[in-house]
Amino acid sequence: MASSELATAPNMKRSPTSPRTLFSSVMTVVTFACAALALIPLVAVLSYVLINGASSLRLDVFTQLPPAPGLKGGGFGNALVGTLLTVGIASVLSIPFGVMAAIFLAEFYRDTKLAETINFLTNVLSGVPSIVIGAFAYALVVLSTGTFSAVAGGFALAVLMLPTIVRTATEALESVPGDFRQAAIGLGATRFQTTLRIVLPAALPAIITGVILAIARAAGETAPILFTASTSRYWVRSIWEPTATMSRLVFDFATAPYERQQELAWAGSLVLVTLVLATSILSRWIVRKR
Amino acid sequence: MAPELQNARKTDTVFRTENLNIYYGDFLAVRDITIEIHKNKITAFIGPSGCGKSTVLRCFNRLNDLIQSFHMDGKLFYRDQDLYAAEIDPVEVRRQIGMVFQKPNPFPKSIYDNIAFGPRLLGYKGDMDELVERSLKQAALWDDVKDKLKEMGTDLSGGQQQRLCIARAIAVQPDVILMDEPCSSLDPISTLKVEDLLQELKEKYTILIVTHNMQQASRASDRTAFFNVEANAKGQRTGYIVEYDRTEVIFQSPQEQATQAYVSGRFG
Repeated sequence: MASSELATAPNMKRSPTSPRTLFSSVMTVVTFACAALALIPLVAVLSYVLINGASSLRLDVFTQLPPAPGLKGGGFGNALVGTLLTVGIASVLSIPFGVMAAIFLAEFYRDTKLAETINFLTNVLSGVPSIVIGAFAYALVVLSTGTFSAVAGGFALAVLMLPTIVRTATEALESVPGDFRQAAIGLGATRFQTTLRIVLPAALPAIITGVILAIARAAGETAPILFTASTSRYWVRSIWEPTATMSRLVFDFATAPYERQQELAWAGSLVLVTLVLATSILSRWIVRKR
Repeated sequence: MAPELQNARKTDTVFRTENLNIYYGDFLAVRDITIEIHKNKITAFIGPSGCGKSTVLRCFNRLNDLIQSFHMDGKLFYRDQDLYAAEIDPVEVRRQIGMVFQKPNPFPKSIYDNIAFGPRLLGYKGDMDELVERSLKQAALWDDVKDKLKEMGTDLSGGQQQRLCIARAIAVQPDVILMDEPCSSLDPISTLKVEDLLQELKEKYTILIVTHNMQQASRASDRTAFFNVEANAKGQRTGYIVEYDRTEVIFQSPQEQATQAYVSGRFG
C-alpha cells in the first residue's frame, strides 16, 4: 500500500506494557546484571590483594632477602630479580623465534597446507596445561643439566609464550594491507626486503602488544616455574642455579605457618599483580599511540 | 641491473607478445594476446569489466608471479629479451618496469621516505635529497609538498597520494611505467592533473595504462587496445584483444563492430 493512500498514520506510540517491550527491558536488565556479576571476582581479588598487601609493602621488601622462618623483617628482593631474569631469558628465547615463525606463516607460506598445519599445532600448544610444559622443561633441561636453574625456568616460560607471540604476530602481519606489499614488490623489492622494511614496521605496534601480553602472562605463571627454576633463599649469582621467583615465593609463603611470611606473600601478590597490570596498560598505550 | 636488460633499452619496440594465454589454475583468463608496445608512447587498454586488461598489464612486470595459481604460455619479450626466461629475475624486471596501482598506496612513511624507498633498495649512492626533489617535480607534486616532506604520505589527499605513488615509481628511474586504472579513485580535477602529467612523462618513459574511462583513453593515449570478453559453454569468461591501433582509429573508425559499439557507449 502506498503511503499516500493511508488516511491516518498507523499507531506508533510507545506501549511499555506490550510483551515485546517488556521482554526486551527484562533482558537488558539481565545482561547488565551478568556483566556486573562477572566483574565481581576481578574487583574482589584486586581489592583483597590491595588491602592485605599494601599494609606490609615497604621499600625494604624490594631490597632484602626472605626472612628465616619465624623471624621479622626481610623481603623478596631476590625473587623479584629472579622473576625478571627468568622472564628475560624466556623473552630472549621466544620473541625472535615467535616473530620469525609468524613472518614465515604470514608472509612466505600464507594460505598453504603447511602454514595451516603449523597454525593448528600452535593453537594446540597454547592449550597445553602449563604444568605439562613445566614437566617437559624439567625432563629436557633440569635433568640434562643436573640442576634447577633460571635457564630451565626461562625455557619453560618461553614454550608458554611462544604460541601467544606466534599467533598475535601472525595476525598483526596478515592485517597489513596487501597494497603495501604490492607497492614494494612493484618497486623491485625482494620478498624479504618488503617484509623487513614495509610490512614489519606497519605491524610492529600490534606485535609489541602481543609480546607484552605474553610476557605479562609468563611473569605470573607458577606451574612451569615450580620444578624448573625451583627456588632459593639467596641472591642470584648465576643463571645455572636454582632461582627464586615471585610466583613461587607467593606459593611457598602463602601456605607457610609464619605470620611474616604470609604478609610477604600478600605483598608479593600485590607486586605481581601490579607488574602484570602495568604491562597490560603499557601494551594498550602502545596500540593507542599508533 | 643485469647487463642483458641494460642492452635491451636500445630498441624501439618495448614489449612484444606472441599468443599469450593466461591461466589461473585451469581457468583461461585471457587468450591470444599478440601485441607490440611502442617506445615513448602511451598505450591504453580499454574494455568492459573482467576482460583481463589488468591481468595482461601485470604480466609485463611479472607481478602475476605472486599469484600461486597463475601460469602463462606464449612469449613476452621486453626489448627482445624473453621476460619469462628461466634466467630472468622478476625482482630485476620490476626495477625496469615500474607500476602505479588503482588505489593510491603510499607507504605509512614520510613523503620523503616514500620516494627514497626504491632508490635505497637499489643502494643509490647519489644525492638523495636531489633525487627526491626531482622525482616529486616530475610528478608535479613538488610545489604541494616541498614544505612538508617529513609528514606522512598517507595524510595527503587522494590525488596527491597517487602523484606521490607516480613519483615513487619514477624515483627508481624505470624504463616503463604500468598504470592500473590510476585515476579510478580520484576526483575529476585530480584526474586531469594526472592525465597532464602523463603527457610530460611520456617524453622519458613508455607508459601502459589500463582505464575504465573511454574519454581518458581518447584524451590521453597514443595507441589503444580494445579488450572484450566472451563466455564458453561452462560460463567461464575469457578476455581477448578485439582491436589494437592508434587511438584515433579506435575511436573514430574502428574496424570491428564490437569496438564501434563499445566506444560509442552502447555496451560496457
